[in-house]
Amino acid sequence: MTLLRLAPPLTLGLMAVPVAAGLAGTALPAFGNGGAGFARLLDWPGLPRAAALSIGTGLAATVLSLALTVLILAAFAGTPAFARIRRLIAPLLSVPHAAAALGLAFLIAPSGWIARALSPEVTGWETPPDLLILNDPFGLSLTLGLVAKEVPFLLLMALAALPQVDADRRLTIAATLGYGRIAGFVLTVLPALYRQFRLPTYAVLAYGMTTVDMALILGPTLPPTLSAQITLWMSEGGLARRDMAAAAAILQLGLALCALTLWHCVEIVARHLIRATAFHAPRLPQLDRPATLAAHLGSLAVAGSLILGLAALSLWSVAGPWQFPDALPESLTLRTWDSAAPALAATAGTTLGIALAATATAIALTLACLQAETAEHLVPTSRALTLLYLPLIVPQIAFLPGLQTLALRLGLDGTALAVATIHLTFVLPYVFLSLAGPFRAWDGRIATTAATLGASEGRIFWRLRLPMLAGPVLTAFAVGIAVSIGQYLPTLLIGGGRVETLTTEAVALSSGGNRRLIGAYAVLQLLLPAFAFALATAIPAVLWRNRQQMRGLH
Amino acid sequence: MHRRTALQLLAAFPALAGLSQKALAAQWDAVLAEAGGQTVYWHAWGGDPKINDFITWVGQKASERYGVTLEHVKLASTADAVARVLAEQAAGQTEGGAVDLIWINGENFAAMKSQGLLFGPFAEDLPNWPLVDVAGKPATVTDFTLPTEGYESPWAMAQLVFEYDTERLKNPPQDIDSILEWSTANPGRLTYPQPPDYLGTTFLKQVLYGVMDDPAVLQSPVDDATYADLTAPLWAYLDRLHPTLWRGAQAFPQNEPALGQLLADGEIDISFAFNPGRASAEIAAGNLPDTVRTFVLTGGTIGNASFVAIPFNAAHRAGAMVIADLLLDPEVQARAQDPAILGFQTVLDLQALAPEDRARFDALELGVATLSPAELGPVLLEPHASWMTRIAQDWTARYGVAQ
Repeated sequence: MTLLRLAPPLTLGLMAVPVAAGLAGTALPAFGNGGAGFARLLDWPGLPRAAALSIGTGLAATVLSLALTVLILAAFAGTPAFARIRRLIAPLLSVPHAAAALGLAFLIAPSGWIARALSPEVTGWETPPDLLILNDPFGLSLTLGLVAKEVPFLLLMALAALPQVDADRRLTIAATLGYGRIAGFVLTVLPALYRQFRLPTYAVLAYGMTTVDMALILGPTLPPTLSAQITLWMSEGGLARRDMAAAAAILQLGLALCALTLWHCVEIVARHLIRATAFHAPRLPQLDRPATLAAHLGSLAVAGSLILGLAALSLWSVAGPWQFPDALPESLTLRTWDSAAPALAATAGTTLGIALAATATAIALTLACLQAETAEHLVPTSRALTLLYLPLIVPQIAFLPGLQTLALRLGLDGTALAVATIHLTFVLPYVFLSLAGPFRAWDGRIATTAATLGASEGRIFWRLRLPMLAGPVLTAFAVGIAVSIGQYLPTLLIGGGRVETLTTEAVALSSGGNRRLIGAYAVLQLLLPAFAFALATAIPAVLWRNRQQMRGLH
Repeated sequence: MHRRTALQLLAAFPALAGLSQKALAAQWDAVLAEAGGQTVYWHAWGGDPKINDFITWVGQKASERYGVTLEHVKLASTADAVARVLAEQAAGQTEGGAVDLIWINGENFAAMKSQGLLFGPFAEDLPNWPLVDVAGKPATVTDFTLPTEGYESPWAMAQLVFEYDTERLKNPPQDIDSILEWSTANPGRLTYPQPPDYLGTTFLKQVLYGVMDDPAVLQSPVDDATYADLTAPLWAYLDRLHPTLWRGAQAFPQNEPALGQLLADGEIDISFAFNPGRASAEIAAGNLPDTVRTFVLTGGTIGNASFVAIPFNAAHRAGAMVIADLLLDPEVQARAQDPAILGFQTVLDLQALAPEDRARFDALELGVATLSPAELGPVLLEPHASWMTRIAQDWTARYGVAQ
């Protein structure tokens, strides 16, 4: 059992060390050379706008995502509609950011599916209109893409937290006192819920401000967001450029910290506001009908944009000739898949291999941590929980460039193993968050009974706890696979261009505009995690086909 | 023992330019022996599936003939590979580098050569080198005015050609001034890739050729004293052109395929490419309607050659040289010129080829949209690489940060 004791520090180390080492590796060239990097950065005329875009899109996406999530929770919690939403969350969450962005681009571009469906009958367009929708200078389509991708994430986090705050009873009491659904939720559930929700919200904010793959696909280009520009500088070559990129990465980190601080201040104000007004707030039942309508529309827009976007990607991958303004291709063909099959198979193999290695390790470490918690009666501190979120909150663009330089010096970059290791840093938090709840919620009386029958801790774990938790473990596995497959920047930078995954290929192709091939890569990007989630559902069903009570446990 | 000898020979390779044919042949045998079993990482732009397929095919040939495995490292930009080698140099890695071969030319070549990041000279010792049309195609040994001196080996000729759909546009404009007039009359139907993209910057240079009084100065490095005056007409031209462009110049396609896609989608009426055979190849692939044709400007368009170079610290130099030589093989060159495959123009002198090799080229159809060599007109030389860097930078400062 002493080995188990090592699991929590080892796990935290695997998350904290790469972040710390990477930040140091970025800071060194940024501040070195007499701050030449910063001087050059300040000379770049695009800086104010790129920085403003980063802050603006990040904050807007976070506010909108959070508002929509709260609206959906308030309007639907406990209703049959919520069960439908619940079933959609995992598959939507497993959609990699790049694929979601590409799907959205295929949908909303002037030559996209929506314009094709409405033309020429409704719009009168015979050729695609000259409208600036994608890559718009204010980052609106980027914000939209971020919202579509973050709402499912926040909802998943909320699903885990809702039972812990006893939401149903709070809502019932509020309702008996005559409060509307929305007012009741905001006044009684939200304050308790938000405490569990804070770190995920921070992660959403940090991600929104610093995403690279989504910004390259949907974001503005004149100039791009700061993170996208840093990536361009990193790949442009030249030591001067790298110093400048490092300086910009440090600036990006500072901006993210400022935004997080600002967010925290707003939290404090909001808390006081709710507290001060809670006792004499209007009960607002009249708000329920419009709010429910808005929640319906919002969830429909999020799910619709993701699902239709993915449908557009799939259709393009099998499309024959498809001229504007036809709503559908003239014919369907497997030519794209046929000709790309060898490349697709090889890339999918690499992607899956890396995902499996990172996820299997993450599952083992997470189980070891949780078991250590039980066996050694360790209590997880809130600091440990913050460390867990570290790789999700510290912007990737701030520490990965430094880590790349470090890996290069150590001769560790450019291998699938190095990529799998850095993926582990990002997979671990999600696997842990996904597994910790069910693991801790397992009925300890079963263990007590087994112990009185003479079973050892190890035997209880292997013969009772793990088999009974097979469902959650498999779900965590699928989450891990999905997270790994979606990683763009870590794969690009640590892989040194030599490790190609479906995501790096799809983003590289996205600038070229070959929709059929992009579609094929994006579809595979979707299918692999979807397959993992399907297995996570199917395996327990087969395992427990003779045990009715177990089937509800995953 | 054998391996060690070959390595030593290899190390001496650049110094052997003066050797006899026989000695060179023995030398090459040693290279071949060393190359067998190696995996060569060719860092090449990976944005075009047709080129990617061609490189895969070259890899099959390399493995069949020489037992060399070719891995195509698909880059978003050639500068990625340059950055990589530079980072390795900074990290003190002088052996076993990740990049074995780079598809390169222009400013990247100039930068790598001047910083001592290239292995060589090797190109003129390759067995297929005598087939290269050095006299007829001087761009094969002069890269953006910089003599290649054997530090890179050519594999394809390129020339800027414009593409249009005859269904939508009957009489395309024939020079830089009429392009501006036409775009003003037809707003939103023209654009160019966003500099520093290669093709986008080439368009700027083509404009520069069209608006400058004396384009000959482009053959010398940029002179700070005269730069502003010389380029003033370019910026004046762009200031007038931009409001008439696709999306009002608020967004630009990111590269050549993206520009071509806009033509295919009917979003623009005139597109251009650095490959005279691109339109035919795209028609053959079903991506462009068969009514698309190409044209060049009166007075000529910019042309250059594509090269491969080997970094100083490449792990598999012998294998890389074998690939560079294979790319000059008549069979490979003919395949690259086939409009159904790539439509790249060959770097070889067809007169120097054996009859059966020349027959491979004679058998090729030009392709429905490809101009004949005579119709392609005069080739304008690439300006000195410093022009490209400088105008790309200035473009970004003027138009790339959306004031």
